[in-house]
Amino acid sequence: MAHAATAAHAPGEIDEHHWTSTGLNNRKVAIWAFIGSECLFFASLISTYLVYRGKSLVGPLPHEESQCMLHGKMQTCDQIFSIPLVTFGTAVLLFSSFFVVLALNGAQRGNHKQLLTWLTATVICGFFFIGMQVYEFSHFAGEGLGYSTNLFASTFYTLTGFHGAHVTLGVIWLSTVLILAARGKLPPEKSLNLEMAALYWHFVDVVWIVIFPVVYLMR
Amino acid sequence: MNAHATEAHGAGDHAHPTPGLYLKVALVLFALTALEVLAYEVSHRPAWPMYGIVGPMVVPILLLLSAFKFALVAMFYMHLKQDSKLFTNLFVWPLLLAAAIIVALIVIKILWMKASY
Repeated sequence: MAHAATAAHAPGEIDEHHWTSTGLNNRKVAIWAFIGSECLFFASLISTYLVYRGKSLVGPLPHEESQCMLHGKMQTCDQIFSIPLVTFGTAVLLFSSFFVVLALNGAQRGNHKQLLTWLTATVICGFFFIGMQVYEFSHFAGEGLGYSTNLFASTFYTLTGFHGAHVTLGVIWLSTVLILAARGKLPPEKSLNLEMAALYWHFVDVVWIVIFPVVYLMR
Repeated sequence: MNAHATEAHGAGDHAHPTPGLYLKVALVLFALTALEVLAYEVSHRPAWPMYGIVGPMVVPILLLLSAFKFALVAMFYMHLKQDSKLFTNLFVWPLLLAAAIIVALIVIKILWMKASY
């Protein structure tokens, strides 16, 4: 099958698919191996968050009122999480995964309009999620929750901050592919370029599928 | 055009799902997220119906819903259901190892806490 695909190229055309002895494209094997390694990276961050959960001595705390140092004096702080805001951000990230598979479908079928429309929607959703996280972090900082305020803050900012960094990288990657597509440089035979970015984007999504209940919904 | 699109996939790749199936998966994911938030709300409001059932079971419920959402995205959006089994192995084995690390650390924490008291 790999040979058949190679043979289909016109004489002199460069084969960009890098077929391997497994018959699979080595770029796709590489992105899956990378995603596998990322699972272990996020497992270490999630387990650190869980191990230190409930060990904070001072507030602000995620789900309950607490005594915290704000403006130089101890006072009672409300719970810090805003579940409606994060739920909305979660829904946006889930729908962005839906949009990127529609864009990939368009790229593979040579439907340029479908590709551009849904890829643009995906990038907008990505920007929205990053904006939600920046707002959340700045709100927490305003409530007196700095990076080293308590164990909850350190583990929470590390875990969700690394996830946010991954989302940012994903948005940059998808924006690059969007620019290529807008310039007509993403024909169906090069749709793998989008498929790899989409796989990374889905991975970022599944990590959030774990983070959302573990961090925000489990009291 | 379509022939080229098919060629762009390697051996072991198969036709990806249709936009209709993608939409159904998106709606299920949305519904499951709504259920997660509902379970969270019920679990800390004793006056609400179902509190007696959902309250003590909220953690397993949330983990189950999360696992189901994770599987849906991996199978349909990441195309593991259609693509080569090698990709599934590259993803699932590190994932199991990751889950084992999380469980092991939590068990160590519990044992350490029991030993300190």
